[in-house]
Amino acid sequence: MATHKTKKVMLTGILTDNPVIRQILGICSALAVTNLMLNSLIMGIALTLVTAFSSLIISAIRTWVPKHIRMIVQTFIIASLVIVVDVLLKAYYNPMSQMLGPYVGLIITNCIIMGRAEAFAQNNPPLLSFMDGLANGIGYTIVLLMISFVRELLGFGSVFGINLLGANWTAWTLMIMPPGAFFMLGILIWINNSRKAEGGAK
Amino acid sequence: MSPFVILFASIFTNNMILSNFLGMCSFIAVSNEVKTSMSLGQAVTFVLTITTALNWIVYHQILVPLELEIYSFIVFIIVIAASVQLIEMIIDRYLPNLYYALGIFLPLITVNCAILGVSLFMVIREYQFIQSVVFGIGSGLGWLMAITVLAGIRQRIARNPIPEGLKGAGITIIITGLMALAFIGMSGIVNMS
Repeated sequence: MATHKTKKVMLTGILTDNPVIRQILGICSALAVTNLMLNSLIMGIALTLVTAFSSLIISAIRTWVPKHIRMIVQTFIIASLVIVVDVLLKAYYNPMSQMLGPYVGLIITNCIIMGRAEAFAQNNPPLLSFMDGLANGIGYTIVLLMISFVRELLGFGSVFGINLLGANWTAWTLMIMPPGAFFMLGILIWINNSRKAEGGAK
Repeated sequence: MSPFVILFASIFTNNMILSNFLGMCSFIAVSNEVKTSMSLGQAVTFVLTITTALNWIVYHQILVPLELEIYSFIVFIIVIAASVQLIEMIIDRYLPNLYYALGIFLPLITVNCAILGVSLFMVIREYQFIQSVVFGIGSGLGWLMAITVLAGIRQRIARNPIPEGLKGAGITIIITGLMALAFIGMSGIVNMS
């Protein structure tokens, strides 16, 4: 029973209710860091860790926190976790920390985390909330990797920094500039909505 | 860098939404109507100017001397939440008209990532006080302009035949992409990196 529930939570977070392309949450960073696949991967891991652990902690203390101050408590927990991630990133992977710039700190205001805390962790046991946070983080990471795959491939001709398209490929600079990010996300939402509509009609 | 350059750059060439992607959630959600968008934009500009100034003072006068820079995220969030509450109370008491116009948007602004983003950019780019305030004003005005233009376009296309899957968020994001494309044309005027 427990494993069945966990599986359902994981699937909902990753696929059917994907936070980025279904709920349109957390798209600031989804657009900003997706010019390179490596950036997206690191950002995805950072966000997954913060979401999972904040859901775990918020769910664990949910019965002791008075309802009207829960937002502040949640913000504190999330901000503390983001500081931990930021310090770790600065210590062990400083070039990446420089590259992501303010977007690591902006994980605090990423609506996915607060959304999961309010919608799920508030009413569910800790372990299940942890899985839910993990699933949503993974869903976010997958979307980021999809966007950045296209953007890096067309913009630099490479994937994870490894050149695939050869020296003759003329870099499509637009893809690594801001408009490219908007177009890719728009198209991804379009594809996903059409797929959903078709599935519903059957 | 002269404050004028920062002002111009933060409105046109380094626009918060069109080149830094900050404040997207409310940008997509509250851009159905020009009037509402303008009110939200004004509220954002107002809060940005005040919080950027406050955060500069807190960061450079308190956190740096005490070597507590790593806690800046938490402190910035507290300053933003507290000043939004305070602004709400003050304008409710003294400027009731403004309160009716901005009232419902003020609590939303606490979680608008543009507000925290501007404070973080201010620290990373090592601005002086005047530069920071101007950067706050410029970013707010840029945000106001972008959301108003988007709302105008969305009102125009409301009855157009848009593919089913693209309706709502999809088309809004693509329009934003087109706007960003148009604004790249101005990037040669000033450069802020």
